[in-house]
Amino acid sequence: MASTGAADRAYRALLGTLALAVPLVAALIVFEMSRGAAPTLRAEGWHFIFATDWDPVAEKFGALPYLYGTVVTSGLALLFAVPLGLGAAIEPWLIAHLGFLPLFQGFPFGLGVLNAGLVLAIMILPTIVSLSREILRVTPGGLREAALALGATRAEAITVMLGAARPGIVGAVILALGRALGETMAVTMVIGNTNRISASLLAPGATMASVIANEFTEATGKLHLAALIEIALLLFAMTLVVNGVARLLVYWSFGARRDVAGAV
Amino acid sequence: MSPAPSDALTLGSPALALRPLPAGRPAFVRRFSNLLLIVASGASALIVMTPLVLIIGELLVRGLPGMSLGFFVHMPAPVGEPGGGMANAIVGTGILVGLGLVLALPIGVGTGVYLAEHGNGPLGSTVRYLADVLSGVPSIVIGVATYGLVVVTLGHFSALAGGVALGLLMIPTLARSTEEVVRLVPASYRQAALALGAPKWKVTQAVVLPAARAGIVTATLLALARAAGETAPLLFTALGNRFWSTAIERPIGSLPVMIYDYARAPYADWNRQAWAGALVLLILVTVVSALLRLTARRIR
Repeated sequence: MASTGAADRAYRALLGTLALAVPLVAALIVFEMSRGAAPTLRAEGWHFIFATDWDPVAEKFGALPYLYGTVVTSGLALLFAVPLGLGAAIEPWLIAHLGFLPLFQGFPFGLGVLNAGLVLAIMILPTIVSLSREILRVTPGGLREAALALGATRAEAITVMLGAARPGIVGAVILALGRALGETMAVTMVIGNTNRISASLLAPGATMASVIANEFTEATGKLHLAALIEIALLLFAMTLVVNGVARLLVYWSFGARRDVAGAV
Repeated sequence: MSPAPSDALTLGSPALALRPLPAGRPAFVRRFSNLLLIVASGASALIVMTPLVLIIGELLVRGLPGMSLGFFVHMPAPVGEPGGGMANAIVGTGILVGLGLVLALPIGVGTGVYLAEHGNGPLGSTVRYLADVLSGVPSIVIGVATYGLVVVTLGHFSALAGGVALGLLMIPTLARSTEEVVRLVPASYRQAALALGAPKWKVTQAVVLPAARAGIVTATLLALARAAGETAPLLFTALGNRFWSTAIERPIGSLPVMIYDYARAPYADWNRQAWAGALVLLILVTVVSALLRLTARRIR
């Protein structure tokens, strides 16, 4: 019996070691990018986030246009996708199985921020629809029945369900936001890639992810590379916070064990 | 003249007075907003489906002309020369995904089994939460980190670096979906094996894992299909290569990166091949998804 206990412990320790790889990967990513970004962190400091000049030749790096582009395109995507996604999620016959599209072929519109937002909206719709639908599915159906029994219309009963599922749905939307923030290829192909902040949504722009994709392999100096890595680090931090909050909200109304990872 | 019955009721016992419900919206308003919501949700569903149909249609129309046997077996033609195919990129994607799998399969599946069988403690919940959060990290960030970890360390771009990037990308989703399918194995299987005197490790190894095998294969296929379509993490790890290469220490071509390059190129023939490549990827991913749904139904 004692040997059985030892074998059990050894087996469990083996699996536990493999599981430790997940935190290890997270730590490695943070460590590696902090190291890579160190030169600009030292040279630019806070200036990096607030300045708009991005000049690899003069080695001046301000990432504000990219931060702006990321926030605006993702915001637009949510604006388009949330009402549509929720509307579709409460539609009972919709089969929310759209999540398999790679969708990086871009669209034959003109180039610009608005189009990037539209493409992003299309890309995050499956996330919003399938997650919201899953969350509504595990929301107790008794709520709907009780509302109907009290004489509520179908729409009012759905509103009751939506109210109960709110944390999970907010989580699903934030999760979708996380995807929009980091989406690279489709945005790179349609946004036009200029580092200007324009008031017009039809003007070309750039996002954090798109500037990395465009300039990384052609980075001219050590500082230029470090600046791009720092953008990646910022993007990582943004998505970490956004996903961290979203997952907690989804767990709250979903239970951690459910197949949230598979649904996304 | 006798008073109307309602008057009598009101006058006789004020407590029983029939008053309208306090928050009363008129019935026609409620009926109308009901109709409105139902119509709006149906319209949303249609609008959500539209891009999907448009994309598949556009891909078929533009991609099919470029799809020929030559596309699959020929090498890219020199710049300016028409014809040629993406044979090297198709093989390259296979190699990159295979390398990623070598890294992700043991770690992802091992983590998933740990989470399902022993994952109720603090380590389990931490790993589960981190895996979920990591699966949302942009793939280009994984690419930048892999650049630092592998490309800078080795001193050059390589298929190996691309494989590591895809592997890192696959680990969190593979771990979580393995956990899900292992949890689907009925508790009675474990109880029966334990009752027969089998130690816990043997129960996991000889009973739970074989029962979950189909599901784990499915989860792996899904992770593979996703990794096969990734462009961003390969841009500055595997880099791309227009020539035939199977060496893991050299840059290697891949279907997504080649599609990206060809789609942005100013040659009509390249653009045509990019559409064909995109269609090939779509078919690949759709076939895997279809397999997934079929097997998933069988497990349940």
